[in-house]
Amino acid sequence: MIEIGGVTKVYGGRGPTFTALDNVSVTIRDNEFFTLLGPSGCGKTTLLRVIAGFVDPTSGTVALDGQDLLQLPPYKRPVNTVFQSYALFPHMTVAENIGFGLKMLDRPAAEVKRTVDEMLALVRMTEMAGRKTSEISGGQQQRVALARALAPRPKVLLLDEPLSALDFKLRKEMQIELKRLQSETGITFIFVTHDQEEALTMSDRIAVMRAGSIRQIGGPRDIYDHPAERFVADFIGDTNFLDATLLSVDGTAARVKLASGAETTVRAPAEGAKAGPVTLAVRPEHATLGNADGALLAGKLANIIYFGTDTHFHVDLDGGGSFVLRQQNQPDQKSGRSTGDRVGVSFPAGVGQVLRD
Amino acid sequence: MAKPFDIRRQTGFNAIAMACFVLLYLPIILLVIYSFNAGSSIAIWEGFSWRWYVSAWQNDQVQSATVRSLVLASCAAIFSTACAVPAALATTRQGSFKGHTFVFALINQPLMVPEIVTAVALLIVFAAVKVATGYTGFGYLILAHTAFCLPFAYMPIRARLQGMNLSLEQAGADLYGTPWRVFRHVTLPQLWPGILAGAMLAFVTSLDDVVITEFVKSAGQDTLPTYMLGQMRRVVTPEVNAISSALLAISVVMVMAFFFLSKTRK
Ligand SMILES: Nc1ncnc2c1ncn2[C@@H]1O[C@H](COP(=O)(O)OP(=O)(O)OP(=O)(O)O)[C@@H](O)[C@H]1O
Ligand SMILES: [Mg+2]
Repeated sequence: MIEIGGVTKVYGGRGPTFTALDNVSVTIRDNEFFTLLGPSGCGKTTLLRVIAGFVDPTSGTVALDGQDLLQLPPYKRPVNTVFQSYALFPHMTVAENIGFGLKMLDRPAAEVKRTVDEMLALVRMTEMAGRKTSEISGGQQQRVALARALAPRPKVLLLDEPLSALDFKLRKEMQIELKRLQSETGITFIFVTHDQEEALTMSDRIAVMRAGSIRQIGGPRDIYDHPAERFVADFIGDTNFLDATLLSVDGTAARVKLASGAETTVRAPAEGAKAGPVTLAVRPEHATLGNADGALLAGKLANIIYFGTDTHFHVDLDGGGSFVLRQQNQPDQKSGRSTGDRVGVSFPAGVGQVLRD
Repeated sequence: MAKPFDIRRQTGFNAIAMACFVLLYLPIILLVIYSFNAGSSIAIWEGFSWRWYVSAWQNDQVQSATVRSLVLASCAAIFSTACAVPAALATTRQGSFKGHTFVFALINQPLMVPEIVTAVALLIVFAAVKVATGYTGFGYLILAHTAFCLPFAYMPIRARLQGMNLSLEQAGADLYGTPWRVFRHVTLPQLWPGILAGAMLAFVTSLDDVVITEFVKSAGQDTLPTYMLGQMRRVVTPEVNAISSALLAISVVMVMAFFFLSKTRK
């Protein structure tokens, strides 16, 4: 278990300072696939480097299984990193790269060799063991970097956008391979990405970061279905934002009145919900298109876009604003609607999410 | 599309380039040609012969000066490189510390201060030390050469370190390598070309030096260049050409090796 408590990192002593991490607190469980997701420059790498020991936080604590990590130099932390640039040693072979950590730990040669062979098999690189790292492809380098970091059996593996340099197909393969490795080794993975889809498909839990702070932590479904705030809803997937008035809150259920005057029940934010104007997030595929009568919202169909797997409907709502719906396509069936039609938009009770302001 | 500024199109460029080329290389070519002169003039060609090479080879003074020069250059190269490696590490790997620029300037001082000033300064200091200790040996020359060769050894090593990916060393530390072992197993193997290049540059610089050697040396400590300078004051024979040509050959081999090493293993 990694406990990160109130970690702040301010760069630049003299002159202008920059807060790369702002009071970040998170607990990562054993054997968890934990993802840090956020836009470029939000501090993901900085947080990994704090855990690995290459950056000293300005304040805060980092503990692994109760042991204070900040007291230890990088080479004493039972944490290994898969660097974004791989950082393979160019003067060593694939096998020597993988064995490096164990060699530094002064393990007996026989054990090093056995583990290296295991790792080579695990990442399917046995035939390449004797190659120089400059003589293998990008995807293979990535697997070597992974094997090198896994070989010493760290308690925690840090992965800094390890798949970002790969092409689409290889990336999909490696995503599956990473998941397999994680479940086979039982090591805690802390994975950095700015690709929301990658985060959703691979993670047990996701922390969404923005400008140095964690905005929301939760399972992929939690984050997707119930984003806590506008930034999270916007960053992950597509979302419709609706102005509404919060009438009352009962546990997780909130009663809201939409701009159209219709009332419905949606999900309340985790805390701090107050009656009054709020913003509501509704995913495009969670809403249904119907007739204007009796719908929650009504408007004019402005655009229909066919996407193969699904069709997007853009609705200009009465009283301003627009709403996008997404419907799965069936073979050889048209929606039966055309632009200019008057339509209604509805979503089931409990589907919308009131955002924290 | 025409380039905004193409130096090759400027009037007179070719003429200037040719002139520079001729001025640089014609004398050297002549020097080498006349080292094979059968006669004893350095200006009148009298036919081909190895005579002056043989004569130089059999000259006791040349022999001892050659040995002295090579020993001196080797010592200077080894010691200055040994100092340059930690200096380069400190100036590239420690982040920017207070007085960083100052240290950099200090290391490169021999490049910026006129050599004659360094020579006189060393002469004065060593004279005082000589009086105090009575030691008049070879050590002064080694010390002086080590000092002024330092920037030549330092530059290629520093360049190599700057070109090296810092994340490799971090990866080493991440994989349980203590700072020393990371240096030994990650940094050093990649630094070798820079170290060799630095040592060779220092070697050639030391081999070539006249001014500082002339000031610092005690009696009977002639190196090849100072020996040749001494000869010039008397009768000039193509023997000097022969020695110069041999030195030239050594330098060319060294420089070629330097290029080769800095090109490969990138
Ligand atoms: N050494 C440094 N000095 C000053 N500012 C820094 C330093 N390192 C990083 N930063 C700043 O800290 C912020 C966070 O950097 P970080 O590398 O953690 O971003 P990131 O989330 O990993 O982004 P990316 O997705 O682009 O890799 C950035 O705005 C960056 O400019
Ligand atoms: Mg990053």
